[in-house]
Amino acid sequence: MNNDPQNGQPKREEVCPGKKDKVDLASATAEIQKKNGPEFWRSLEELASSSEFKEMMHREFPKGASEWLDAVSRRGFLKLMGSSMALAGMTACTRQPLEPIVPYVRQPEGLVPGRPMFYATAFTLGGYATPLLVTSREFRPIKIEGNDRHPASQGGTDVFAQASLLDMYDPDRSQNVIYMGDISTWSTMVGALQGPLSAQKTLQGAGIRVLSRNFSSPTLADQMQRFQKAFPSAKWHFWEPVNRDNVYEGARMAFGQPVETTYDLSKADVIVSLDADFLSAGFPSTTRYARDFAARRDPDSEKMARLYVIESTPSATGAKADHRLGVTATEAGDLARTLQNMMSSPPGSAVPANSLYTLVTTNDQARLLSFLNALADDLKRSRGASVVIPGDHQPPVVHSLAHAMNAALGNIGKTVFYSDPVLANTANSNDSLKELVADMRAGKVDLLVILGGNPVYDAPADFGFADALKNTNIPVRVHLGLHQDETAELCHWHVNEAHYLEAWGDTKAYDGSVCIVQPLIAPLYNGKSALEVTAFLAGQSQANGYEVVQNYWKTKQSGADFDMWWRKSVEQGWIDGTTAQPKQVSAKSGNSAATSSSAPANGEIEINFRRDPSIYDGQFANNGWLQELPKPMTKMTWDNPLLMSPKMAEQVKVQSKDMVKVDLNGKSLDLPVWIQAGHPENSVTVFLGYGRRRAGRVGTEAGFDVYPLRYSATPWIASGKVTKTSGTYILASTQGYQTMDVGDDHRPIVKTENLEEYKKEADFEGEKPQDNETLYNETYHQAIAQKEAYAWGMTIDLNKCVGCNNCIIACQAENNIPVVGKDQVNRGRHMHWLRVDAYFQGDRDNPKAHFQPVPCMQCEDAPCELVCPVGATTHSTEGLNDMIYNRCVGTRYCSNNCPYKVRRFNFYLFQDWDTSQFKMMRNPDVTVRSRGVMEKCTYCVQRITHKRIDSERENRLIADGELQTACQQSCPANAIVFGNISDPKTEVSKFKAKARNYGLLDDLNTRPRTTYLAEIRNPNPELEKGSS
Amino acid sequence: MARPTEVEPGEQKAPVIQPGHTFASITEKIGAIVLKRPIMGGWVFGMFICFLILQWFLFAVCWLFYKGVGVWGVNIPVGWGFAIVNFVWWIGIGHAGTLISAILLLLRQSWRNSINRFAEAMTLFAVACAGMFPIFHLLVWDVFAVTTYLTISLVFWFVGLIPDLASLRDQTSNKALKFIFGSLAMGWRNSVRHWNRYETAYLLLGGLATPLVLSVHTVVSFDFSVGIVPGWHTTIFPPYFVAGAIYSGFAMVLVLAIPIRKFYGITDFITMRHLENSAMVMLATGWIVCYGYAFEAFMNWYGGDPYESFLRWNRLHGPYAWSYFLLLFSNLVVPQILWFKKIRTNPVWLFFISLDVLVGMWLERFVIVVVSLTRDFLNSSFGQYYPTQFDWAIFIGTLGFFAACMFLFMRVLPAVSISELKVLLPQAEVKVEHHEAEVHQ
Repeated sequence: MNNDPQNGQPKREEVCPGKKDKVDLASATAEIQKKNGPEFWRSLEELASSSEFKEMMHREFPKGASEWLDAVSRRGFLKLMGSSMALAGMTACTRQPLEPIVPYVRQPEGLVPGRPMFYATAFTLGGYATPLLVTSREFRPIKIEGNDRHPASQGGTDVFAQASLLDMYDPDRSQNVIYMGDISTWSTMVGALQGPLSAQKTLQGAGIRVLSRNFSSPTLADQMQRFQKAFPSAKWHFWEPVNRDNVYEGARMAFGQPVETTYDLSKADVIVSLDADFLSAGFPSTTRYARDFAARRDPDSEKMARLYVIESTPSATGAKADHRLGVTATEAGDLARTLQNMMSSPPGSAVPANSLYTLVTTNDQARLLSFLNALADDLKRSRGASVVIPGDHQPPVVHSLAHAMNAALGNIGKTVFYSDPVLANTANSNDSLKELVADMRAGKVDLLVILGGNPVYDAPADFGFADALKNTNIPVRVHLGLHQDETAELCHWHVNEAHYLEAWGDTKAYDGSVCIVQPLIAPLYNGKSALEVTAFLAGQSQANGYEVVQNYWKTKQSGADFDMWWRKSVEQGWIDGTTAQPKQVSAKSGNSAATSSSAPANGEIEINFRRDPSIYDGQFANNGWLQELPKPMTKMTWDNPLLMSPKMAEQVKVQSKDMVKVDLNGKSLDLPVWIQAGHPENSVTVFLGYGRRRAGRVGTEAGFDVYPLRYSATPWIASGKVTKTSGTYILASTQGYQTMDVGDDHRPIVKTENLEEYKKEADFEGEKPQDNETLYNETYHQAIAQKEAYAWGMTIDLNKCVGCNNCIIACQAENNIPVVGKDQVNRGRHMHWLRVDAYFQGDRDNPKAHFQPVPCMQCEDAPCELVCPVGATTHSTEGLNDMIYNRCVGTRYCSNNCPYKVRRFNFYLFQDWDTSQFKMMRNPDVTVRSRGVMEKCTYCVQRITHKRIDSERENRLIADGELQTACQQSCPANAIVFGNISDPKTEVSKFKAKARNYGLLDDLNTRPRTTYLAEIRNPNPELEKGSS
Repeated sequence: MARPTEVEPGEQKAPVIQPGHTFASITEKIGAIVLKRPIMGGWVFGMFICFLILQWFLFAVCWLFYKGVGVWGVNIPVGWGFAIVNFVWWIGIGHAGTLISAILLLLRQSWRNSINRFAEAMTLFAVACAGMFPIFHLLVWDVFAVTTYLTISLVFWFVGLIPDLASLRDQTSNKALKFIFGSLAMGWRNSVRHWNRYETAYLLLGGLATPLVLSVHTVVSFDFSVGIVPGWHTTIFPPYFVAGAIYSGFAMVLVLAIPIRKFYGITDFITMRHLENSAMVMLATGWIVCYGYAFEAFMNWYGGDPYESFLRWNRLHGPYAWSYFLLLFSNLVVPQILWFKKIRTNPVWLFFISLDVLVGMWLERFVIVVVSLTRDFLNSSFGQYYPTQFDWAIFIGTLGFFAACMFLFMRVLPAVSISELKVLLPQAEVKVEHHEAEVHQ
């Protein structure tokens, strides 16, 4: 790589001594290098159309051809020809295989053109699987949904799983094996590594190091063992920036061994979250937890669950809490200790103030104590039906306290279950990486293989991983990754990884059940999976992922019926009988839980590092859907501002969008501020994953990289200083106003009541005219609705909605919704057909938060239809408010007149009409909209039509539940119900008949077909008394 | 033709035309502007500036067509921005011309005769400016309303021009000009039969144009009041819009008349009487507009609708409160000094008050269109509107287009109606009394 050393990139000579290029391609390479990293692939494409390159292609022999006779540079010439051909291939959209191919005259079995097929597979994040059912159209995966038969999903998904589809089609994905910045091939690399590997063989592999992410795949674990058998002295390290070290450490502290803790929220009457955001994507099994939690939040059921949340950063989980306490993360730990002390005393007995740990006394002690007392009483009243969930980022001691509390409350085996760890690695990944860096610096490493992950970007700052990688003499460094990211840049070899939708594999869900990962499509760029690379390292140079996985399972499932068994497992998506069995664990004696945590030093405040709700640890940085996904609480897109409380902002004298300087461990970083109602004082939160240098055209330079402030000793909770600096920064939030109070008026947009009031009297409908007072009365509307066989309607249960945003991504994937970029979001032109509004009510320091998903209301008396001069939006007989794109001339009056502002306008040509990958990704049933056209939610009319065709062929009506909109399907909480309201027996009709049902802004007489079920909170009466 | 009835015996008012003019001197003086007057540096400079603005405008429009309306500041929730504001503003300005030519014609307000020509031209150009916006923006109703208006205005203007074109044809010695003016004059020979038909046609057209004064802006206001957006959905809009249109239209007439009469030395024809009358029309329509403001605010409160009352709150306290207060200041407070005759008869004061009213009326449209949209029903969808450089380019560009058209018009056509002015002369009066026939020359 002829990089400018000032950029911190290695010189070619540095990395590979003796390699001096003489060919003309060097100038081309230099051309590419001039561009900054992220534009790398774009540049290659641009280069491919540059005149020099055309000329190079046009000449019969490249300029270097005269070197043919020169024995020394013949290799150079061959290499040049090779790269020429590779580059030439890039200009074509699709690649024809070399072998003769035959179009199908008879269609393949099962494939009906125009009909979707569904394949089970699984998405893995942090080692935990989300079982999936992927929709395939003509062998192209176009939509990801949860596997409804698997207990970890039950049809729901999370945003990361949904959006991973876009990752596969990402045009910035690494498309070739790269050697020193030049395109190479897998077989070249295999050949090149033979030497070093056989040299290591004699050393027992003492110089080989493998660094992988956390994984749970049994096959990969087996390959890892095979590799270690082949190279006994080699070491395998793990690094995961958003890791579960604390969880396993906590278990070790409590039980002496790492265990997996899972919760059954369907049986929990009282749920306590100790800084655990268990309803947001990224928490293992959030999908299942959200479903169980939502099911227990039905106010019409016998017993509605109650949720207490003690949290350090406002989260979706906190928003759903009946009682939320915003404290710093260290205080949360101290409150956990206090709570644990209270467990031993009988219910009702007040615990004296001095049992609170010292730190929290700085806060409002009386309030905290009464809160904890009420909470402890409530827990003790619900023995065996309660659960205490600690947050992954809380220190191990809090986890061990939670284990102790759950044990004291008799929850083990009822709501809390222990089993063997899901992850293949339970060792501390922090220590693991530290050891690796030490070895690298000690010169013990001769061959480093980085299997996925991006440690150069996300390793703890104090390890200096990037520096160690760059400046120590590791002769061969290999990186496997989906992108040519920051780590790939510092490695000799980069292998383009196969996306999980392209490769075979297996993985475990939170309950330990093994899911088979089956590919939906042949690797787009001939990528290799981690399994294949490991198999190669272990000695199988021609390993094929399918065989590796199958061979492994053959050892587990012997017998003649393997093929049947395999077929069944692949088809259903998981292997029967692999669910982890509950494990008996006994508490270790000498629990050291009583030690108090250290408070931030004087003048310092707590700085919390958290996984980003949208782009996780940064691995989704180049995913436009996720970048533009408004974060649950802030509705922020494309950025990671520092969150602080309103009071703290007053102290620091900043407003949202002002810049502050964060000083931590002698390093400082400038970040923009976002004032977040409900954020605890003396604490700020920053989110990981932004500020990528080489993410791709979407993610590069979006937001701020906070990893340089993240140290191995304080990965989640650190302390530092925040001071105001000059300047402001543009932050693109999608929501205008996050309160329901405007002017001197309160608007009941989200209607809410307490359970007690609700049981006494429920009235959310508001005053309606009597039938004889208006021409457009109920009878009139019912007659219209019942004239047709179908009248589509939807209810959204605000009580169930956990604000996870999954519906937004599902809608985006289903309906080909474009990504518009930060600037356009900032101008108010984001295109989401479905948005989730978040409102805060009450005290700014501890507000109540509400979520409200807003799709098109499909009004019966739609204001938009009236004002369209060209009839581009009209009413269907089934009650849909249809858009006819061809007619739309773009007056935008419909949007002006829509009181819900759910219409979206293509101000520019937002759709990417050129990138061939995106063409493959799109749902062929949905029009790709052009510039100047209005669009909006259609209730997934394409799905209705599919089902209508099916049902008409069978001469029946569409059955209730047969048809799901994309948002409804994806909802982990089952908050969205869609169906035919002309039939009173359907689920949606039953929901609409509930007392909680109300129409948003129905005083405008728009008669929305989408209605809401009011939010009912279930507060602890004791605490209610205290607060009022 | 409107008769210069009873030239107000013994009146103290400024005359409609300065004494001492004859038929010949009028033809000579007005015709000379077109035919003899050399092109002056001022004209060239002004035209050059307008031309530059016009180029900027063309660039902005091309870019707009190439990239899409995204180049504007419009968004969700503010789907309409400057384009609609400007459209309503321009079309309102056009109204004064039609009012002067048609309604005052029918009402036999003879003083209109010296300002109707350029007021009509103003209408034509303003409507052309306005008409561009529906094209950029695509609003179908407006296209119908505007094209009707444009057609009638053009025909009306052209018919009025025919005798003057004939005068120019007869005056000029240049062959080419003779041909052009001759063709445009369509064989006008000044015969009594011609005059008879001309008068009938002119009256008929006046009758046709009169309802347009009311209907065009009523249709435009319906564009808004048909919506449910608070601030749009009100029944007061049609009269309120029409009054506002005439208000701003007369302001524009004054803004044009004052410099024109000064630079082209036609203070004899456009006298203080015209200026004062226009000022009084402004004062009257200004009060109608203010009545509209008052009743809008009253109904917001009296109606009891929470969204309407929030609208009032938002106008007074929201992020765009400045625009509402500036509007009240410009349209309600400043014009009140027109009660003083001294101000009314001072061209400098009138000029600046008229500019102020134009700004105020533009702001009124901004408050109605944009501010109402920024915050309507759902708090989550509240937004802001930031005009981009293309919004400004197209707004200022239409001003440039308008000014360029006026510059050209001043040079190539008689800015004051020669034939109609002659009617105002005492000589014409005498003839009418003697012969009781419709002979004018």
